[in-house]
Amino acid sequence: MVCEMETDQIEEMDVEGLSSMWPEDVGTQADNQFNVGDSDTLKEVDIAEKHTMADLTRLPELMNTTDQGSSQLTNLVRQWEYMQDHAVRLLREELKILTRQREEAEAKELKIIEEHNFESQEPENVPVLDETSHLFRRFRQKKRDELVDRERVVIDEEFDTVAYWKQKALSLEKMLEASTERERRLIEKLNESLKTMESHSAPVEELTQNLKRAEGFLHFILQNAPIVMGHQDKDLRYLFIYNKFPSLREQDILGKTDVEIFHGGGVKESEDFKREVLEKGKASKREITFETELFGSKTFLIYVEPVYNKAKEKIGINYMGMEVTDQVRKREKMAKLREDNAVRKAMESELTKTIHITEETMRAKQMLATMSHEIRSPLSGVVGMAEILSTTKLDKEQRQLLNVMISSGDLVLQLINDILDLSKVESGVMKLEATKFRPREVVKHVLQTAAASLKKDLTLEGNIADEVPILVVGDVLRIRQILTNLISNAIKFTHRGKVGIKLQVISQPSFANEEQKETSVWICCDVYDTGIGIPENALPCLFKKYMQASADHARKYGGTGLGLAICKQLVELMGGQLTVTSQVNAGSTFTFILPYKVATSDDHSDDQDEFSDMVDHHQPEPDDTTEGYFQFKPLLGSIYSNGGSVTGNNFLPHKAMLTTPLKLTNGFVSDPSSNTGQSETVQVENGGYMDESRQNCCPESAHQYGNGNGRCSSKESESCSSSQASSEMESELTVSSPREEEKTETEVKETSQPKILLVEDNKINIMVAKSMMKQLGYTMDIANNGVEAINAVKDSSYDLVLMDVCMPVMDGLKATRLIRSYEESGNWEAAIEAGVDIKTSENDQACVPPTNRLPIVAMTANTLAESSEECYANGMDSFISKPVTLQKLKQCLQQYLQ
Amino acid sequence: MNTVVAQLQRQFQDYLVSLYQQGFLDNQFTELRKLQDEGTPDFVAEVVSLFFDDCSKLINSMSRSLERPENVDFKQVDSGVHQLKGSSSSVGARRVKNVCISFKECCDVQNREGCLRCLQQVDYEYKMLKTKLQDLFNLEQQIVQAGGAIPQVNIN
Repeated sequence: MVCEMETDQIEEMDVEGLSSMWPEDVGTQADNQFNVGDSDTLKEVDIAEKHTMADLTRLPELMNTTDQGSSQLTNLVRQWEYMQDHAVRLLREELKILTRQREEAEAKELKIIEEHNFESQEPENVPVLDETSHLFRRFRQKKRDELVDRERVVIDEEFDTVAYWKQKALSLEKMLEASTERERRLIEKLNESLKTMESHSAPVEELTQNLKRAEGFLHFILQNAPIVMGHQDKDLRYLFIYNKFPSLREQDILGKTDVEIFHGGGVKESEDFKREVLEKGKASKREITFETELFGSKTFLIYVEPVYNKAKEKIGINYMGMEVTDQVRKREKMAKLREDNAVRKAMESELTKTIHITEETMRAKQMLATMSHEIRSPLSGVVGMAEILSTTKLDKEQRQLLNVMISSGDLVLQLINDILDLSKVESGVMKLEATKFRPREVVKHVLQTAAASLKKDLTLEGNIADEVPILVVGDVLRIRQILTNLISNAIKFTHRGKVGIKLQVISQPSFANEEQKETSVWICCDVYDTGIGIPENALPCLFKKYMQASADHARKYGGTGLGLAICKQLVELMGGQLTVTSQVNAGSTFTFILPYKVATSDDHSDDQDEFSDMVDHHQPEPDDTTEGYFQFKPLLGSIYSNGGSVTGNNFLPHKAMLTTPLKLTNGFVSDPSSNTGQSETVQVENGGYMDESRQNCCPESAHQYGNGNGRCSSKESESCSSSQASSEMESELTVSSPREEEKTETEVKETSQPKILLVEDNKINIMVAKSMMKQLGYTMDIANNGVEAINAVKDSSYDLVLMDVCMPVMDGLKATRLIRSYEESGNWEAAIEAGVDIKTSENDQACVPPTNRLPIVAMTANTLAESSEECYANGMDSFISKPVTLQKLKQCLQQYLQ
Repeated sequence: MNTVVAQLQRQFQDYLVSLYQQGFLDNQFTELRKLQDEGTPDFVAEVVSLFFDDCSKLINSMSRSLERPENVDFKQVDSGVHQLKGSSSSVGARRVKNVCISFKECCDVQNREGCLRCLQQVDYEYKMLKTKLQDLFNLEQQIVQAGGAIPQVNIN
């Protein structure tokens, strides 16, 4: 394409006719103008020399005084001389030919005579012929002076001795005569021509003629050429110009300099150039673009040479300009085209490279995510099993080994979760949920969880300004994740003092977009600590992936270096901003500003009732929903005194901070019992009690499952923290009522099995799954779609839900989301909003907020990573790919029920 | 007597293996067979017959949906295919499942011609499987009647 264009261009150029150097209309106008003026009439007549202008008086002078001039004359003279020489040589040659002819003729004659002589010798032998020989001798004599005695000889020969010879002699005579005559005439001619040669006019005349011819020739060649020629003296005044601009008259140019004649761009440059040549004494070429009023924009290729006189002094310059405007334009156009072309090519290649890199990156990310996911499932199995193992009887060494194993496993799990989160955010897969939540509650829960696993002498505090709304709408899970991340980070790098969260409403920040401006309240959240701080030079890379403030820190404190990067991305995903200020050895403050929609709090009262119900079981305390300040002191004494159960706490920090945000909710939701009002002594007591209860319950864990609420040894063993141990007791009491079929607690403990719900619409699948369950020793309830599942979950508490993804009426993803929302909020508002007909059963009191997160395992026909990602995003805990096999089912049950 | 049983047992074995080799069945069918025990001696047969009933119903309803060339309710067809795919995958009816996969693709792009072709294929495949499995169950019955036990068949 490009090539074609180029050739096209070239052809165009080739074909295009040359326009005259000077504009045509200007030319004619000028001519007309000349017609009017008398002074130019003569010139007009002299058509051939119309454009020529020469100072005739000066020109000969110039010719005589300059080297060029004299050499020209010398040349002419030399040429003339050469011509003359040539003529002479020609004549000489002719003469030579003639001479040779004559000699030949004479030789011929002689020969004839000799022949004759020879023939006549025979008769000579005869005495009778004496007379003839004599005659011959005489003839020979005569022949020598024929010119004198010819007549006479002829007469003599007419003697009738021998007729034949007489005849012959006669003809010979005639020939001779003719030849002689010719010779004579030639000589005459030669003389004549010599004479005319002498009489030839002087060479000057011929020189003039030659000059004229040269001029004519120049005219002929240059008449239409876009060439202007001139001679200027050493002041650069024109002495001679050829093919001037038509509207200028002779007197306008001669004796003037360029600057005096023209105005505009390029004039000065050309004058300077001429001067430069004059000074340097060296001929030179340059391209100059003129921009004059007279003829507009024209580019000339100018050749200037200095002119010397015979004394080798500079007396001026000759200059010749050729108009190359079109060529220059074309050249520039071509150059531009080529440049554009090159640029485009470069851009193209750059683009291809970028695309390639992007593709590679995407592939790598996808690969990383897929791999991470593939690793996570078996790893959670390993860690889970290890955790279960840690609840069995082990000797000290085994326990230590196991602890190392669990904490390493947790670290890897955390890393993988982080990577998955990151890739989710980066690939835009992560979708934000809009749920109502209470910021105070969230802050409290986050701090509580952190406090539960705190092993340092730190005070954790939460401070929420009064103007912060009670209820806002946002993605509470993500916000929790961010808060938890920041808090755990703060705790990690703080050795004494305090770590806290401060919430306040701020005015709309400058980065808010239109949409946000309308409906949002902006809440600024500070997470501050009195830790080691961050050096200023480390701040820029703080939010980069896999980066920590320094390698030393990384070694000392561990961690993946992904936490802050995720926080930042999440905050930005939600339309906010995360910043940090820090002072070394004084502490850091991470601040994130997020927009929230303010929720109408009409449903608030219901919630509060539930909460206050729960709260009422304890001694009075400030209301969770409005309380603005919390403080948590470390529970050092109690935790460290508990030899056996410390293990559980040892790996808790990892879990609480680092597993997916979904899991974090476990800790939060079961909070009501662990209130701030509890005194230290109570805690210690609880710790002791809990220790006991653990030892009791662990070996015969089966009965705990039956309860469905107070599971202590499951994967979510967060509930084992001392403060929550009491909740276990509490919830057992509260929840026992909905389960009518339970006769007494002890009975339940012995007979009940884990309660499993299968949500599946396909009869055959149900049949197969049921049969498998049976073989594994379990029974299960069946729901045929999401709505049925929600109702089932609402009416009784399950230990595990196996959820088909694709179902009629309501699919598994949505059902899971609604169940999670219920766990989050403690009510089925979201489900009702979604159109689920929540049957208000007689046992309304069953609608307590769930104390545990219900494990929901997806059953998906598509085993692609994308679909499993979707499962996780919707709150599912893991997934089984279809078709379900015994092995898979067994693994799943082991993971979630033991 | 014993030789008859042994012969029948070998015949049964070969037949079952051939069904796997010809791609009629996959490992899920093995899973199914594992679930059958003394308590539920006819489990496989029950599941399979349920499956075939399901097939015939779904195929009927889908063919009705695809009957008229215009205004095909692809959503309904899709749900049928989904159902069929799930069931066939659950019982290990491999060929039926494979046809369902391409059926679903046709359905996704609303290609009625393709759907009809797949429908025919599914119909053919499930009927084929039905006769094959009937033969298999007959063999089983013969073995039982002859006083033998159903042999364990290791498919690998």
